[in-house]
Amino acid sequence: MNPFSSGTRLRDMIRAIRACKTAAEERAVVRKECAAIRASINENDQEYRHRNLAKLMFIHMLGYPTHFGQMECLKLIASAGFPEKRIGYLGLMLLLDERQEVLMLVTNSLKQDLNHTNQYIVGLALCALGNICSAEMARDLAPEVERLLQFRDPNIRKKAALCSIRIIKKVPDLAENFINPAAALLKEKHHGVLITGVQLCTDLCKVSSEALEHFRKKCTEVLVKTLKDVANSPYAPEYDVGGITDPFLHIRLLRFLRVLGQGDADASDSMNDILAQVATKTESNKNAGNAILYECVETIMSIEDNGGLRVLAINILGRFLANRDNNIRYVALNMLMKAISVDAQAVQRHRATILECVKDSDASIRKRALELVYLLINESNVKPLTKELIDYLEVSDQEFKGDLTAKICSIVEKFSPEKIWYIDQMLKVLSEAGNFVKDEVCHALIVVISNAPDLHGYTVRALYKAFQASSEQESLVRVAVWCIGEYGDMLVKNVGMLDVEDPITVTESDAVDVAEITIKRHTSDLTTKAMALIALLKLSSRFPSCSERIRDIIVQQKGSLVLELQQRSLEFNSILEKHRNIRSALVERMPVLDEATFSGRRAGSVPTTLSPSTMASVKVPNGVVKSAAAPLVDLLDLTSDDAPAPSSSSGDFLNDILGVDLSPASAHSGASQAAKNGTDVLMDILSLGTPPAQSSSSTPDIFSLSQNQKSPVASLDGLSTSSPVSARAASSQAASSIIDLLDGLGPSPPAPENNGPAYPSVVAFESSSLRVMFDFLKSPGNPQITVIKATFTNLSSNVYADFVFQAAVPKFLQLHLDPASGNTLPANSSGTVTQTLRVTNSQHGKLIRSMVKMFWRKAKSTTSHVNCEDDRFFWKD
Amino acid sequence: MIHFVLLISRQGKVRLTKWYSAYPQKERTKVIREISGEVLARGPKLCNFVEWRGLKVVYRRYASLYFCMCINQGDNELEVLEIIHHYVETLDRYFGSVCELDLIFNFHKAYYILDELLLAGELQESSKKTVARLIAGQDALVETAKEEANSISNIIAQASK
Repeated sequence: MNPFSSGTRLRDMIRAIRACKTAAEERAVVRKECAAIRASINENDQEYRHRNLAKLMFIHMLGYPTHFGQMECLKLIASAGFPEKRIGYLGLMLLLDERQEVLMLVTNSLKQDLNHTNQYIVGLALCALGNICSAEMARDLAPEVERLLQFRDPNIRKKAALCSIRIIKKVPDLAENFINPAAALLKEKHHGVLITGVQLCTDLCKVSSEALEHFRKKCTEVLVKTLKDVANSPYAPEYDVGGITDPFLHIRLLRFLRVLGQGDADASDSMNDILAQVATKTESNKNAGNAILYECVETIMSIEDNGGLRVLAINILGRFLANRDNNIRYVALNMLMKAISVDAQAVQRHRATILECVKDSDASIRKRALELVYLLINESNVKPLTKELIDYLEVSDQEFKGDLTAKICSIVEKFSPEKIWYIDQMLKVLSEAGNFVKDEVCHALIVVISNAPDLHGYTVRALYKAFQASSEQESLVRVAVWCIGEYGDMLVKNVGMLDVEDPITVTESDAVDVAEITIKRHTSDLTTKAMALIALLKLSSRFPSCSERIRDIIVQQKGSLVLELQQRSLEFNSILEKHRNIRSALVERMPVLDEATFSGRRAGSVPTTLSPSTMASVKVPNGVVKSAAAPLVDLLDLTSDDAPAPSSSSGDFLNDILGVDLSPASAHSGASQAAKNGTDVLMDILSLGTPPAQSSSSTPDIFSLSQNQKSPVASLDGLSTSSPVSARAASSQAASSIIDLLDGLGPSPPAPENNGPAYPSVVAFESSSLRVMFDFLKSPGNPQITVIKATFTNLSSNVYADFVFQAAVPKFLQLHLDPASGNTLPANSSGTVTQTLRVTNSQHGKLIRSMVKMFWRKAKSTTSHVNCEDDRFFWKD
Repeated sequence: MIHFVLLISRQGKVRLTKWYSAYPQKERTKVIREISGEVLARGPKLCNFVEWRGLKVVYRRYASLYFCMCINQGDNELEVLEIIHHYVETLDRYFGSVCELDLIFNFHKAYYILDELLLAGELQESSKKTVARLIAGQDALVETAKEEANSISNIIAQASK
């Protein structure tokens, strides 16, 4: 026999791999081995099959692909000898998982081995079945396993019991077949069988209420007696762990008793004595004893009420909490969370200790403790506890700050006794960990501030001070900039001084400084900069003396690379220069934000981001849209894809604003087409019920276009002057054109707030031969999904056969096309085909666009004729 | 229920993986990377539990090896520590003061022992003696098969001389 023919021995291969100094070397060795193994597999080499598989398993553990060895496992399992089967089953469990089709091929071998005369082989088969069987295999082999539950050898019975657990988890319908054999296992003496039997019964109760009833009636007594026997058994070296006989059995019995006692007073009653005995007599100086106590406490907490036992359990937890071992403290915190629903008062007693655990050096303990503290907080203790948590925020680890901040914010929001306290705490959190505060929390804070008119002055001064101290916290900066924009005059004039405040002197130019610093800082993100820009516009009216300086800052943003800022700075500049008469009305203070709307929206779990649009899209009483902020973000969404938009041609510029991805050629080809596309977009926008603010911003663009139909290339200046204000000034014509457009869309005008459930249908495409209508549907609970029903109508006089509609969307969207209602379109609009599209927008709020293609064949023509129409759709959801 | 068992060396090398819940191959690699990152980074005095993806990883270090078991949120962490120790003691008894090298070169044996201890993610046997006896029985079967094969091949060799 040539020793070199079959490659190296397993041991040598491992040695060779271990000797590799670099990953590349290791890869080379593995590659060589894999090549040899493949060759050997191809030759169908029987002798070294199991050695090859062993090698493959090692290679698999190193993370290399080994799928080519899967069939070898099956061959080894099918062979007669025990050594081959042993390694084959091991490979099967290691290299395959239940999702692989190959696994089905092994069902027959498994069945044979389950009936084998050699009990070790039966054991191997049971082990493989229990670890990786799929639902189909479970169904096929359940009768065999059921039979093996009564096998003469206890080692097979215990394996069969655990295997049954897997089977009933995969196929719960089979549970009832296992109830009786499982109950029989509970009477056994062999610990392995008892442990697995109890486990099987516990799992049966989870999937079948019938099983639960059966075991509750028939087995509670037996189990109590077994637990008593184990708890009182003398020293047994075979099962002894730290002076306790078989803690594993203890724990499983306690767990099963918990299942039986839950919700049943009689069963609970019958186990009281033994639980009390276990809780008092178990040694707690070793981990094994503590594990039993832990399980026992949980059982006491879960079964029907018994005051005395509960006191015992809470005392054990108190002892755990004071333990020096971190593991014990961890489980104590874990259990106290469950105990809170049983006896909140008792848990409150440990508050101080728990609070200390929040500051522990161990991340797992901290996390548990924080969860627990969160549950412990109520109206009466919120102030001291929040103070402790915020104090700790200063010194906590960076990675813990996120969790901690979220919890503090949630606590403050939930339990705040008064507004000033809420604002104070939030400002502390913002200054300490503003970068971890979520946008919606900031938004909630702004809503609260806006609803507390007597605190406006106080808040803006506090924010000003906080900004000076910690201007690197993004969220703090945003809130500060917003408040200074709104209430800047109060900051300077010290309006609404509270007794607790120290007076500060802030000049108008100091307040402008804040916005200027923010807008010029490189680390500020776009939203923050945009908010600062709006704040500046507002301040220009509040502080006439700084008007010039503000104009300079705004003008500097004209050169911003971000189109949005550039656009706004041009518009704001024109407001400052040309429309002084309406400026003060335009930038007056925000109306009070409606708390109920806001909290309602949050409750509807619509992700609210801190966007100026949500703040500003509220109508003031005179019906003038507060346009200062609103278009910003909405348009940001439109243009975010092509942010560094060069604006050499105003045609492109317009396209960018509207988000219309027309090719330049079409923009220049004819004014009418450009205008049509423009209006299409407008129609889309309007019809989908976006805030009116947006329509007012796009109107002038359309307007200017329709006026300049002869010269499609409108100048930049023309655009910038046609700001919302000027549009409204010259609105008669514009308004009529809008109304015309709206008429074509049906009666419902755009809803003032977003997410109105009804959307009018839209003509998505129309030519002389075909019309496509889109109806939109949106479920309020899931704003990311838009369901579009497309209706196709044939306007020509020919029947269209083989009509196919195709759509493509960008990556952030997911499109699901349901089958169409038919593929033949009768002529002369005499029938329609409908098809449903489901669009999931992963970036909710971002413009949805899609490209659509349609094919059909004119039925009469002899040669099959394919028409193709292209169109692109955009809308905002 | 135990979802998987991992043995990781201090250097982050995987020494044994056993999956009782279905994790596709790609996911397994990711899980191993995540868990070794979490577990190896923890200091010596900290508790032995790490919360991970809504589950819990209970780990215990023996010399240079970390034994990790992943369990459900509601399971008994302290018991799992005992199970780990139970496994280590069984390995120790089998190999005679086990070390990492034993588990590298005889990784299949480590799997066989684990398979006698755990099945379907649940504990199977609480007696180390029983496990040792069962493993010895199977090893003996392998030995006899090997001897038979040798004697047959000897006979064939002699016959063909």
